[in-house]
This record gives sequence, C-alpha cells and structure tokens, in this order.
Amino acid sequence: MQADQAWDWEPGARTVLEDATACAAPHEWTEEPEASPDGERLAAVANLGDGRFTVCVNAEPWETDFEKAWYLRFSPDGRLTAVTMEDGMWTVSVDGESWEESFDFAWGTTFSADGGVIAACIQSEGTYGMIVDGTPWETLHENANNFRLAADGLHTAAAVQVKSLGQADIATFQQGIFSVAVDGEPWDAIFVNCFDPAIEQKTGRAAATIRRSLYDYSVAVDGKAWDAAYDCAWGPVFHPGNGQVLAPVRKKGLWGMAGDAGFVWNPAFIQCHHPQFSADGATLAAIVAPSFGKFTVAVNAAPWSATFPVVTDLRVSPDGRTVAAQASNDNAAFRVLVNGSVWPGVYDMAYGPVICPATGQVAVRVEKDGRQAFVLGGKAHPETFDRAFNPIFSPDGAKVLLRGISGKAYKRIVAPVSAFTG
Amino acid sequence: MTTTIADRRIEDAGLEAGIARLTPEKIQKTIQAVLAGEGGARLKTYVETCVRCGMCAQACHYYMSHKDPSYAPVAKVRQTMWEILKHKGLVSPEFIHQCAQIAYTECNLCRRCMHYCPLGIDTAYIMSFVRRICHKLGVTPQYIQDTAHSHSATMNQMWVKDDEWIDTLKWQEDEARDEMPSLRIPLEVEGADFMYSVIAPEPKFRTQLIYQAAFIFNQAGVNWTMPATPGWDNSNMAMFTGDMEIMGRIEMAHFATAQRLRVKRIVMGECGHAFRAIYDVANRWLGWGMHPVPVVHSIEFFWELLNSGKIQMAKKYPGPVTIHDPCNVIRGRGLMDKLREVVHAICDGVVEMTPNREHNYCCCAGGGVINCGPPFKNVRIVGNSIKAEQLKATGVKTCIAPCHNCHGGLDDIIHKYGLGMELKFLGDIIYECMEKKGAS
Ligand code: SF4
Ligand code: SF4
Repeated sequence: MQADQAWDWEPGARTVLEDATACAAPHEWTEEPEASPDGERLAAVANLGDGRFTVCVNAEPWETDFEKAWYLRFSPDGRLTAVTMEDGMWTVSVDGESWEESFDFAWGTTFSADGGVIAACIQSEGTYGMIVDGTPWETLHENANNFRLAADGLHTAAAVQVKSLGQADIATFQQGIFSVAVDGEPWDAIFVNCFDPAIEQKTGRAAATIRRSLYDYSVAVDGKAWDAAYDCAWGPVFHPGNGQVLAPVRKKGLWGMAGDAGFVWNPAFIQCHHPQFSADGATLAAIVAPSFGKFTVAVNAAPWSATFPVVTDLRVSPDGRTVAAQASNDNAAFRVLVNGSVWPGVYDMAYGPVICPATGQVAVRVEKDGRQAFVLGGKAHPETFDRAFNPIFSPDGAKVLLRGISGKAYKRIVAPVSAFTG
Repeated sequence: MTTTIADRRIEDAGLEAGIARLTPEKIQKTIQAVLAGEGGARLKTYVETCVRCGMCAQACHYYMSHKDPSYAPVAKVRQTMWEILKHKGLVSPEFIHQCAQIAYTECNLCRRCMHYCPLGIDTAYIMSFVRRICHKLGVTPQYIQDTAHSHSATMNQMWVKDDEWIDTLKWQEDEARDEMPSLRIPLEVEGADFMYSVIAPEPKFRTQLIYQAAFIFNQAGVNWTMPATPGWDNSNMAMFTGDMEIMGRIEMAHFATAQRLRVKRIVMGECGHAFRAIYDVANRWLGWGMHPVPVVHSIEFFWELLNSGKIQMAKKYPGPVTIHDPCNVIRGRGLMDKLREVVHAICDGVVEMTPNREHNYCCCAGGGVINCGPPFKNVRIVGNSIKAEQLKATGVKTCIAPCHNCHGGLDDIIHKYGLGMELKFLGDIIYECMEKKGAS
C-alpha cells in the first residue's frame, strides 16, 4: 500500500463515523466494514430488506441496489469495489457504477499495486477467464483457476484447461489438459498441471510451476519447460533485475531454490516456500525449515538462527535491507521477526508486518485479549480497537496512519513514529 | 477357507493400464528408490519385529467377515511387503496388481489391528507404504486416481470449479434465509473465530449439510467464516493414493487459507479422513511438527456449543440410537467420550454397539476404499458382514455416524444386509431438534 502525500497527515485522532454500522437507508443489517486506504471512508454492504443489498460509504448508500453485493474491497487508489448480482447476472461495481458487461458468475476482484487496474474472474456459459477494467478476455476456457494480475496491471494470467476431460478419464488427464493463458491466450505447451503462475512486470512474460507427469515437477517460462525434473515445486518468482525465474524445488526429500540452470540455493531445507525478491533483485528471501518442525527465514540462502514452529507473512523491503515475517505456535503466541531478531511482544494474532518503503521501519497490527493495536519497531501505540485495519506509513515514513473501530466509532489516527512508546 | 489375492483378482482400468506399462526392472528401480528415500527404516523394523503370531487377525473386519486367513493384517503384509523386500523389489507387474488390490481395496488403514498387535505394529503404515510404491509405479485404481487428479487441478476432490463453490454457498444462504431471515454464510471475513471447512461432496451432493451447519452456527451466534477461494476442501484423497506431493499441496492451500483469513482455528465438518490428513499426516509432510492452525472436528465443536449453552435442544431425538465410532477421529484423536456426551445430550436412549470406542469395527469405506469405485464395491460390502452383525445386534433403527465415508460404507451394508436402519450425522439431529429462536 503506497501512501499519498495529499492525504491528511496532520497528527491527531479524528472520528470519521460515529456509528460504524450506520446506514442512512432503512436496512436490516450492515456487514463487515472496510476502510479506505486514506482512512476517510468506511464502507459496508447493507441488507435493505426484501432481498436487496447496497453498499454504504460513511453511512450513505450507493444510489444503486442489487440482488446481491459482497466482497467489498478498496483498491489501493481508493476506489471501492463490490461483486454484485442483478437479474441473476454478476459483475463488478466500482464506486456504485457496475461494469457494463455482466456474466453468469464474477468473483475474486484483484488490483494492480497502485490500484490503477481492477481485474476479476468470470464464468460465462460454462467458460472461464478474467475481466480487466470491464473488458473480458477474448478467449475463455473450459476451466481456469490460479488467476493472477501483474503488479503493474498490464497483464493477467491463469492456469487454464485446454482439453476436455471425460468422467474418470485418468489417461487423458495424465497426457496433459492444462496450460497457462496470458491475457486469455494459452501457451502452445500443455502439461498435466500448471500451478501458481507469476507475471513479469512490463514484459508480461509468465512462469508457472508445472507437473509433466504425476512425478515430474518443473517450471515453464512462456510455455518452455526447464529440462530439470524435481520431486515437487512451489510457485516461481521473476528476478526484477535480470528476469531470471527461480522457484523452490524439492529433490531427494530436501528443498532448495532453482533456476533453469539448476540449484541456486542448495537443497538443504525440510521446507522452502514463498520466495520474494527485493526491487533490485539483490535480496532473495524465503520461508524455510532448516530442520523438521523448525521454521525461519532464509535471506540469500542463509537462514536466521531463531526458529519457530510456524513462520508466515514474509515481506521484503524494496531496497532489500529489511526482511520481516511473523512466527506462531499452534496459531497463537505470535511474534514479529525483523532481520533475524525477534520483537519482545507476544500476541494472540498478528496481521502481517508492514515495511515502510522509505525508512525500512516495520509496523504490525496485532491482537491481544480481544483488542487490536499497532506496534512499530516492537513498541505499541496506546490506542486499542475492537477491530482495526493494517497500518500505512506516510510517504516520508515519519507518521503512521491507524484506522480502527472502537465501540461504535470508526477513527482515523495519524500517529508520529514517536507516539509508539509502549 | 484360505485363498490368496490371486484368487480374487478384480479388473480395474487404472490397475490394468498401470501394469501394462511396467517391467520387473522398472519396478525394481522404483521400489529401491522409494525404500531408500522414504522411510524404509521404519518399515524394516516392523517387518523384522513381527513374530507372526497372528493376533492381529481378529482385529481386521475383512478377516472377521471372511474368516479367510489371507485377509489378516499380517497376511496383507506377507503378500505384499515381505515379498517385495525378499526379492529386493524385483517382482512382476502382476504382483504389483496384487499389491495394489490389497493395499487400496482390502485395507482401510483403520489402525484397529495396531491395538491388537503385542508389538504395536502399524499395518496401516505398511499398507500406506505399499500404496506409495504403487502410486510411484502408476498402478492405482481408476476412480480414486481421478479424485487425486481433481485435487491437483482444483484443490478439491470433485472437480468443483472456483465459481461453483461460491455459488453453492450463496444458494444455500438464500435457501436458509427462508427459514431464518437473518442468516448469513459469511465469506472471507478476516479475523473470524474460525474457518469452517467441508469436503467436496458437500457442495456437490450434500448441500443440506452446509445449510444445517450455517443454521446451527447462526443460531449459536458464533463468529465464523468460509473461504471463497480454493483451499476450502479439507478432504485429501491424494493421501490415500500415495501422491504425497499433491497431498502436501492440498493441505498447504487449506492452512494458508486459514492463515490468510487470520482465524483462530479451523472447524471441520463431519469427516474422518480429512481430519487425519490435516491433523496428522499432511502437516508433517510439509515440515510442521503439528498443524499450524488448530483443527477441531465437528464432534468437538458441537460438544462445545452444547456445553456452553450456545445451542439448546428443544427436544431430544426419539431413540433408541446407536453410535458408530469413526476410526480417524476415535482411534486417531480420542473423541469417543465427547461423541457420547453429544449423542446423549441430543438423543433419547443410546444403545452401544459392541465392540465400540477405539475397538469399533471400521465402516470399510474409509482409507480411500470407497473411492476406488464400482469395481470394488462388493469387496467392501462382503468384507464387512461383521459390521452388519454388529449393527443388527443393537436392535435399533437409527445409527449416528459423524463421518462422510462411514455414511457411504454403512449405507451400502445396511442395504445389502437388509438392516432397515437409517443413518444420521450429528448435524442432522441437532438441526432437527434444536431450539430455533432465529427462525421465522
Ligand atoms: S483394514 Fe484396518 S484392521 Fe484391517 S489390516 Fe487394514 S488397518 Fe488393519
Ligand atoms: S499381531 Fe503384530 S506381531 Fe503378530 S502377526 Fe500381527 S503384526 Fe505380526
């Protein structure tokens, strides 16, 4: 989430909405609210009765109402989207305006990193694809899943079924019926499975983990598979500098990281997943387990010394200098990990570290004893909430925007970094 | 009468096509690689310590039904793993057919025999190992292999497409609102107390179970959610075909979905094998010592709802009823007392079947056996006449079985042996007999 200098960054707290469940129209109920990135609006789906739904923004309903409305999401640029249905047909509505075309089903709205592009998944007469800013793929497929929108919003991709399959036809399946479609157009190559496509920014090159037989995992880039076969593999990533594709792969029971020329991280881990590059490609981090049941983060193949039963939510700053993640034990006792050290706080839940692109500082929304709060650099802000939204750093990193609901009120707080003292 | 597996050979498209591709040399190469790389040591210990005493025979419902020693657990191992080890993997394609038929269709991996073996030998582990070898050799029964394919392509067992899942939930929500106007099936709610997950047959065939669960949760006022993405299916047939890589991928998707939703735990519908996959097997393949998110079976969750007073029974279900203990949550998790407490709280008159609890006989559907489909249907029904006798001896007409597979297996047995019993999930009875204050 990239903050905008034009937002109100004046330090202090402001109640944006006295009653977070309010809706000016007569209604039966409102659903889970979503906060806009700038914190100025709180939106929720409202049931108007008689089977009609709309969206309320700061308690004011959209002019349109629908048979169904759900999956309310703000794009990073502040536009509000909902998946909506009218007369049995589905589409995406943006700030109350529905896209012109509607489909037998639409779902899974996603955004480019800056929010400028909005995409979703569609099904029309039993064929599948994506829609980007209201324009559907020209070619739809018998099935599609693993939908992706490139971070720059220029291209979309999905795993697509390109051959029909009869009931329990295991032979045809094993000959391959899947491919990857980029902007709807499938690769020439067909595989048994295609998993986790990744799209390179600008170029639109796509890479995916593939299964060539039930036993042979590899990676294909623009339809061309690596020669090497592995016992298993997770989704690939593009090196942002040189375009090289890497993926975690498993050989003889151990995981490492490989490119098309072979291993770049030796297969030394019990597990290795969620690789992530810094913007310059100099730093590659991944969640790894150096031994059974002990997880940590490896940066450029070197694991941190502290290990935990579970590690998730890996984040890498654009400059690669900050690598953060969170650890837990039995989905409790959440800890925040930054560059190999562990913050002192232990929480009932953590919602994923947020790294300031300007300063590398880390803030996290956490929960303890049923209250949500914000912690920066290990120190808590005094305000707590019933429910909050993730923190956002000001462009210069000097302040943090906190958004949350306490009691009935929805508040937005601009907290200078110095206000985190707990 | 003593037979051998060769006397009861069954044709199956998957098995026949699989062995047609094999030679003894190919088989040996694959077996040696699996033995060397995947825990051959534990297997060797089991094989070396077995004293051939045969005490495990009476544990196995196949043996108890046929009274044919070739169905005894030790005989299953003798006809498969012992031969494989003796010949260092150099065995014929036809022999692999026999191994597959035994391991996939004549063993439910129910682990009852482990309780009867003085040395604690886990025959189910050995049979799973045989399945792993068969998977690696491409010799798997057609129908269960198709479910593993579905899992790999859609992350669910029944080829349910991404939109069909959401559509089904929306449809069930609509239906249920006729009965409870305020009802919601909350999708993708971050921070809910639990994620409710089900197996793919629920959206495909048994939508009533989703309806009932939603009704119960809404009535109880609990804070829950369901995912609107793949990762919703908690079942795992790849675990049973021996495709550990797809097994791991399915469970990764399931746990990652719960972690993404920031729920405190996963509550799962009334399914046994899914519990085994999540609680015990696939999490470990992924390198986690335990499951990364706590997993609660419906038995335990209903127990909590009843004990906390979040749901109340308006009446008790008129009994008498009997209880079938599903292997994976009883022997696998020890929920026998909670299951009884729930049943006693919701039903009048409970007649226990014998043996019961951790000594209960398997339904003969589990372990992927029912998923091997029509060619093997008769085997599992005839192979469980002991279960029919056990059910009949209770003299009651209602059997509660909190597991999908058990329903499938018991239903076939009830029909075949003319028992005239009806099967119920706990959710069926709770939904039918609970206080429905939210209903219109
Ligand atoms: S079916 Fe059960 S009792 Fe029989 S051999 Fe298999 S695990 Fe043992
Ligand atoms: S009871 Fe145990 S030791 Fe005896 S034959 Fe069976 S597996 Fe072997």
